[in-house]
Amino acid sequence: MTTTGQEVEPAKQRNQVRQARLPGIVSRVRELGLLAVLLLIILIVGIQAPRFLSLDNFTQILLSVAIIAIVAVGETLVILARNVDLSVGSMVGVTAFVTAYFFKELPHINLLLGILLGCALGLLLGIINGLIVSYGRVPSIVATLGTLYVFRGLVFVIASHTTSQVNASDVPADYLALATTQILGIPALILIAAVIAIIVGYFLHASKSGRQLYAVGSNPAAADMIGIRRDWLVFWAFAASGLLCGLAGVLWGARFATVDATNATGLELQVIAAVVVGGVNIFGGSGTIFGAVLGAIVLGTLQNALNILNISQFWLQAIYGAAIIGAVVLDAFITRWLRRTILSRRKNT
Amino acid sequence: MKRLKTLLITWEALLVVLLVVSIVIGSMLSPYFLSGFNFYALTSNIMEIAIMALPMTLIIIAGEIDLSVASILGLASVVLGLLWQSGHPMWFAIAAALLVGLAAGYLNGLLVTKLALPSLVITIGSLALYRGLAYVVLGDQAVSNFPTSFTNLGFGTIGGTEIPWSGLIFAILAIIFVVVLHFSRSGRQLYAIGNNKEAARFSGINVNRMKLLLFILSGGIAALAGVIFTARFSSARPDNALGFELEVVTVVLLGGVDIFGGRGSLLGVVLAIFILAILQNVLGLLNISGDIQSLGIGLLLILSVLGPNIARRIQVVITRRRLVAGSSKQV
Repeated sequence: MTTTGQEVEPAKQRNQVRQARLPGIVSRVRELGLLAVLLLIILIVGIQAPRFLSLDNFTQILLSVAIIAIVAVGETLVILARNVDLSVGSMVGVTAFVTAYFFKELPHINLLLGILLGCALGLLLGIINGLIVSYGRVPSIVATLGTLYVFRGLVFVIASHTTSQVNASDVPADYLALATTQILGIPALILIAAVIAIIVGYFLHASKSGRQLYAVGSNPAAADMIGIRRDWLVFWAFAASGLLCGLAGVLWGARFATVDATNATGLELQVIAAVVVGGVNIFGGSGTIFGAVLGAIVLGTLQNALNILNISQFWLQAIYGAAIIGAVVLDAFITRWLRRTILSRRKNT
Repeated sequence: MKRLKTLLITWEALLVVLLVVSIVIGSMLSPYFLSGFNFYALTSNIMEIAIMALPMTLIIIAGEIDLSVASILGLASVVLGLLWQSGHPMWFAIAAALLVGLAAGYLNGLLVTKLALPSLVITIGSLALYRGLAYVVLGDQAVSNFPTSFTNLGFGTIGGTEIPWSGLIFAILAIIFVVVLHFSRSGRQLYAIGNNKEAARFSGINVNRMKLLLFILSGGIAALAGVIFTARFSSARPDNALGFELEVVTVVLLGGVDIFGGRGSLLGVVLAIFILAILQNVLGLLNISGDIQSLGIGLLLILSVLGPNIARRIQVVITRRRLVAGSSKQV
């Protein structure tokens, strides 16, 4: 087969387009597969325990997932940019405790003010992470492993100077109502999570910064070369993760009512499990908010199913661990398979 | 290359200074600090972390990381406890715990090398998996009726000295690791892998085999630390040593090992181990709770990477200025 130079060029471009689409294809395959898995779980557990299928139980599942989903949205932004935020559990812990204590001390204060305080505090913690990673050049895994303990220690310091525990009876009913109010029959908590997922999902899909975040994650050096401000984007991804953790912390305090210094410990594992199970590539560059939320729903459904089938909750952590490893291994296989099929297709043409 | 070496030497010199300063501060803050018993408490408290830091140093120098060590420790501890409780002899329970550790490390290594996946992600997953399995094995129970001959391994001291048995184990292991890393071909190969994996492979080093061995070693040593931990607290619980991976990684990085691999020495890590031990000891003597202590350790971890980074940046700025000044003089 002889080709002239002019014919080679478009073929090359086509291949480049195909390669660029590769991550997109992977995540689409993953999300469809995940939906199938979800339906399968619902079917199997539903046959064994019909009460699993009640509308009330589904609402319960979504309620338990809502806060994790909000944190997972922020974590997705960070992971898409080829970083990871391990400090989310501690950030939720700090904001939940501080917000609850704030309402305890000032029960007649405007509700919105408390919510804003929690969000601002989360944002501040996220900015600290972003500064250390983006401008201090500390790898995110080390930086956020460090802040995981620093922020958690902070809650203990605050608790030792204030109160060891904030109880439901200490805070105004307005605050607790955040978690129980229903709008059009749907719990507000679920609506808040859904609205955030839609807004951030749309931002990622349609805005320039959103697309640039994908570029940074899939090839940091190339992103630098075409003039994307990589450090700036990574910094804001961490800040956004902090902000969403702040909001999640406010809601955590409202939902669980009783808050002590250990609240939300270990949340980071559930969140990262949800994100990677949802098909967000842990090396950045591919994945969607929809996938991450779906991942959270699958894990939440699994937890609920264990409960209903009377299987020990001690299995949960092992399942999360296996889910993280399984999802990453599966990703590696799918990527390898896709690359091979594309390569062979290229050889044939 | 010469500058690199001087940088390393100054880092270790800095650690020696830090060690001396912390000893002085410790003895000023508490009259009990320099007592023999406090030395025993201080060393036996850190030995599990110290032992796990040895293979962690090698792994990080080779450009990888193992975050699952504390979970392997917990899993090994629980296996040991369960087997002892169900009437097996002690030697059998210990052997089984060590085997479980080796197997856990093997699985880590297999996933990292065969599938070419980053150890960071794999070992976050196995951190949860192994800890979860520990909970599955023992639930919220604890086994604590161990024989004195076994718990002596954790409590006891050598002869009439104040040196704990675990200290002797650490010393022997440390000597072996120093010989391997700094005085053998395999050691130099580890640095080569950490500096440039591709170049190492092309120069005939079996990179994957080395990494697999490192992860198996790390798992086995973590299980050994689990046996010691169980003996010291005379208790096998699934949440034993929860979160210790942070301290292990912290001492290695504080010891001057580059998180991106290829640089660092065991001397620095051993110094860092004792600095951390003294720091924890002093904070304990000052009645500061463990939860707040971990705040300091987290801070230390970040600073141990941030510090050299900032120092390097300042150095770059200075040399650039010098170059600019030099060239302007020539003009």
